Amino acid sequence: MRKGPSWFNLTSLVFGFAFLYLPIVLLVIYSFNESRLVTVWAGFSTKWYGEMLRNQQLLDAAWVTARVAFTSATIATVLGTIAALVLVRSGRFLGRTLFSGMIYAPLVMPEVILGLSLLLLFVAVDQARGFWTVMIAHTTFSMCYVAVVVQSRLAGFDRSVEEAAMDLGCPPFKTFFAITLPIILPGVIAGWMLAFTLSLDDLVIASFTTGPGATTLPMKIYSQVRLGVTPEINAVCTVLVGVVTLGVIAASLVTKQQEARRQRDIRRAEAQG
Amino acid sequence: MAKKPIGPVRRDFAPWESGNAKPFIEFRNVTKRFGDFTAVDNLSLTIYEREFFALLGGSGCGKTTMMRMLGGFEEPSAGEIFLDGQNLAGVPPYRRPANMMFQSYALFPHMNVEKNIAFGLRQDKLPKGEIEARVQQMLKLVKLEEFARRKPHQLSGGQRQRVALARSIAKKPKVLLLDEPLGALDRKLREETQFELMDLQTELGMTFLIVTHDQEEAMTVADRIAVMDKGRIIQVATPAEIYETPNSRFVADFIGSINLIEAKVAAKNEAATRLKAPNLDREIAVSQPTEAGVGDTVWFAIRPEKVRLGFDAPQNGAANAAEAEIWDIGYLGDVSIFHARVAEDLILKSTVANITRTVERPISWDDKVWLSWDEDAGVILTR
Repeated sequence: MRKGPSWFNLTSLVFGFAFLYLPIVLLVIYSFNESRLVTVWAGFSTKWYGEMLRNQQLLDAAWVTARVAFTSATIATVLGTIAALVLVRSGRFLGRTLFSGMIYAPLVMPEVILGLSLLLLFVAVDQARGFWTVMIAHTTFSMCYVAVVVQSRLAGFDRSVEEAAMDLGCPPFKTFFAITLPIILPGVIAGWMLAFTLSLDDLVIASFTTGPGATTLPMKIYSQVRLGVTPEINAVCTVLVGVVTLGVIAASLVTKQQEARRQRDIRRAEAQG
Repeated sequence: MAKKPIGPVRRDFAPWESGNAKPFIEFRNVTKRFGDFTAVDNLSLTIYEREFFALLGGSGCGKTTMMRMLGGFEEPSAGEIFLDGQNLAGVPPYRRPANMMFQSYALFPHMNVEKNIAFGLRQDKLPKGEIEARVQQMLKLVKLEEFARRKPHQLSGGQRQRVALARSIAKKPKVLLLDEPLGALDRKLREETQFELMDLQTELGMTFLIVTHDQEEAMTVADRIAVMDKGRIIQVATPAEIYETPNSRFVADFIGSINLIEAKVAAKNEAATRLKAPNLDREIAVSQPTEAGVGDTVWFAIRPEKVRLGFDAPQNGAANAAEAEIWDIGYLGDVSIFHARVAEDLILKSTVANITRTVERPISWDDKVWLSWDEDAGVILTR
């Protein structure tokens, strides 16, 4: 038996990673380019970052995006958690399959169709398009992701813990907030973060449902790129990649540490007998 | 736990024998169906105050459903349940004066031991000082004072069991429901805890209702046992009555080990019965009357420890006896179990206490032996 990966595996690995990360690496490198021309390297500089911070339009778009992402993620988390609870808890009821199917449908629905249908709806009810319509649209499609994440957390939930709380005199509504929610909280937070990220980088649905004064960052970037890629855009994108990467790394570190501590505690408890 | 003698309390406690004792828990013709499945079938049961009562049966016999109906987690499909004179119909779990200790312990994973125990007291909005005092008292009772700040996952199985127990008795409920409370503990710890539970129950003066599939556990802790099968109660009696005078083959077989011999009633009077089994040469004499008529098929049941084993034919002519051949020997240390073949289709078990330290046993495989038993050693079962 040979040790280490075979030639084929090694090649696939290198090409795979290159395919995934080369574009991003190039984008990051060129954000530090001195030259105005994106493709010509003219020395290291951070001036485009300064330029970015002076671009009011870009900052406005970032602010709109943050607000939309925060609000829609929060509403989607509340609705998605309720949907997950209904799906896991209520057992069989008439139309359960239909309901669960409808919750999952937006996961596979083409974004163009979702965006278009939402636009048609807003036109039909004569709703002026802007911040609120983008927010509602994002809530709609990110809600199902939250439902899926929270549902997986609820699947392994020991119902007797809730029964114990009620047995000790706690009414059902209070039991949810005192017992159930704290236990499924990691799933709920993960769902919120997922919804936030999805809203942050959505271009298609936002384009359909937005109106004057509610341009999101991805839309702004896209429209600027059509006029030519500037290193400023590279800088914005680098910041976005940085924020998301840091968030993911922080979250996984915290989870890992918690799990390690839990395992240590369990071993210690067992050793004591 | 306190070491005051509890013997006198237990010895004199038998409210079920006096006809006028007030029932504390009463199931009246309770039925529970889940879809097509009948978990509890038209069942009536009376439990008295301060009683330690056990519901015993195999899985799916309806014992847990009974307990969950008392706790309020299931509503009966028909019939009524009374607790201390109150009809429990429609009373939600959080308003019932019963607390439950769950099989999985169901500790709140995000709260430490102290907060777990205080949870029920906090729901009653007791003053802070009182809650703290009661929690300390409970921690002391279950010997977990130094673990007060630990989270459940930082405790061993035995410690978790104690937290669950402390939490369920902290509110001083009228009834404590125990759902297979010791199932997850290893054997040694389980035996210890059984005796602790008994002491605790006497000390607190509460009514305990335990659900278990472990007959030894039920017999150790309970004042009375209800043996259940397929949603019905087969027999309710004290552990000794259940063991020595089972009312059916099911109970005889479920509790402990038993020899069952199918026989026909050969002769009978008001005080004694003679049975004839097709695979035994001699008739079986039993000093017990039977309601079965002469010629009816009945079963003779006798516990293995009541069957004597010897090389010589019994001198006492009155004793029941049968010649047999040793078929199998099981050596358990304290006792040995002998399987003796009396006839082609009849093997009787006999347990013999190993009262000497000889490793070489005098009785061995294929030995010809005599089995004998007294006239009052066995019982006649008609169902």
